[in-house]
Amino acid sequence: MGDIFVLAEHRMGEIRDVTFEMLSKGWELAEEAGGTLTAVLLGHGVDGFAKKLSDYAQRVLVVEDPLLENFNAELYQMVLSHLMREYKPSLTMIGHTGFGVDLAPALAVELGVPLATDCIDLCFRDGSLVVVRQMYGGKVNAEAVLRPSESYIVTVRPASFEAREAGAAGGEIVRVDSPLKGEVDYKRFVRYVEPPKGEVDITAADIIVSVGRGIKDEKNIPIVEELAKALGGVLACSRPIVDKGWLPKDRQVGSSGKTVRPKVYIAVGISGAFQHVVGMKDSELVIAINKDPKAPIFSFADYGIVDDLFKVVPELTKKIQELKAS
Amino acid sequence: MDIIVCVKHVPDTTEAEVVITEDGKSIKTEDMPFVINEWDEYAVEEAILIKERLGGTVTAVTVGPEEADATLRRCLAKGADRAIRISDEALEGSDGYAIAKALHSLIKDMQFDLILTGAQASDDGYGVVGVALAEMLGIPHAALVKKIELKDGSAVVHRELEGGLEEVLEVKLPALFTIQTGINEPRYVSIMGIRRARAKELKVLGLAELGLGAGEVGVEGSWLRIQRLYTPPPKKQATILQGSPSDVAAQLAEILKSRGLV
Repeated sequence: MGDIFVLAEHRMGEIRDVTFEMLSKGWELAEEAGGTLTAVLLGHGVDGFAKKLSDYAQRVLVVEDPLLENFNAELYQMVLSHLMREYKPSLTMIGHTGFGVDLAPALAVELGVPLATDCIDLCFRDGSLVVVRQMYGGKVNAEAVLRPSESYIVTVRPASFEAREAGAAGGEIVRVDSPLKGEVDYKRFVRYVEPPKGEVDITAADIIVSVGRGIKDEKNIPIVEELAKALGGVLACSRPIVDKGWLPKDRQVGSSGKTVRPKVYIAVGISGAFQHVVGMKDSELVIAINKDPKAPIFSFADYGIVDDLFKVVPELTKKIQELKAS
Repeated sequence: MDIIVCVKHVPDTTEAEVVITEDGKSIKTEDMPFVINEWDEYAVEEAILIKERLGGTVTAVTVGPEEADATLRRCLAKGADRAIRISDEALEGSDGYAIAKALHSLIKDMQFDLILTGAQASDDGYGVVGVALAEMLGIPHAALVKKIELKDGSAVVHRELEGGLEEVLEVKLPALFTIQTGINEPRYVSIMGIRRARAKELKVLGLAELGLGAGEVGVEGSWLRIQRLYTPPPKKQATILQGSPSDVAAQLAEILKSRGLV
């Protein structure tokens, strides 16, 4: 087995966590199979990153180019396909992130290399790459085998692997000349837009009552809001509620919203897809109310109620109000 | 502006209990309603909004069995002009890559300025088809798009990144964008729309007509082969409170009180 490539993901001056998570898994796979773990770093003015990554990998391939300062899937693809043709890694790991999903499928098609996306686990078995990924909004895990190949690409779901501590891996930093000939005229990075600051900072709350798709209608939101009020907490929500325009974006918990760690998180009518769970799983106490006993949210909860939220929530609000009054 | 929008007919598992079949390779869908993939619903809406603003046509395309016509008819009722379904037994077991190949075999000979797809499908969640298709067609793409502003010959798009951050790009047309949920407010299907849809063309094409070999699609033509499905092991063993709504509410209130949260 040859190299394992891990594409370092960085944005606005920071290496993203998923990079270290992939390096941990990559290290484990490289040890098992006797390969070399290589961090691949594309960017501009990234000496500091290269040095940091050298603590986690046996080699850091660095391509410096002003054109790589901001992520552009087209330019990244050109550089990565160049490196992959040159070094022929057995496996290339890319984060299943806003960057990875924009890049990996095109790279895989260009190189004719099989790709598995959004993997939560992976291993080599009898020379084939076997992955675990989720289907149906996290309700089912699927074990799948990739078509036999000399080289594979996977995108790895963030928070699937624990990032290990930096060992002084003493990775060799190898600089590779940029293969880029200039800007491409068909795709141009313009700028980043920061999310607007909302009126409520849900990340500062001790008590969060969060509402999801199970609420069915905008006019039902007050049922959950009343509970939040009774508890002296704040109202938050999962993505579909914001998509429908029922609550503002600053209330959204999850990968494209906020990450919260309150003392208690009460999930009401939220099934618990990964994109939501990643934003609340570190809460001190998690309570889930959902009528589907197999809803994934229960496997992240301390206490669960399997029942109709429209019956349970008003009762709970009443009980809390009684306790507070007594 | 001529727009192609790619859609998928999927089982609606958002609120349903999912049961794995005995062979462990799929889920039981007999009693499940099928719907248009949620991401695609937004993609269709975006295509129709653009058409209403700038004129042109919207063609809805899917890969799937006859039942998928329900999803295509929904697109037509909303305002798409015509629909094409790629259908063949050999497509069974296709992953996102094989589906992209099937779509490519059709779209490569079509006229278009813009292709829209959902960012992912709610069933398999691959998130591969759109970006892979763009690469096969040799056109630029942007994934996870939450806003599109069309200019002369190009589009300024906002891509959704983590934590609510957005990346703004300018992309030359023709291009492919994969659409993220929340980009617009999908309209309801009107009775008038359903009536008008009846007169619209819905074409069905097989692989032979598209010049694609059976080995290019299905399990053989895919990157991935599913070995087995299983219920995810719980990260935590939740204590499930038992009793009537009033009982469980009382138990929960006590738990919160005992932790000093009330």
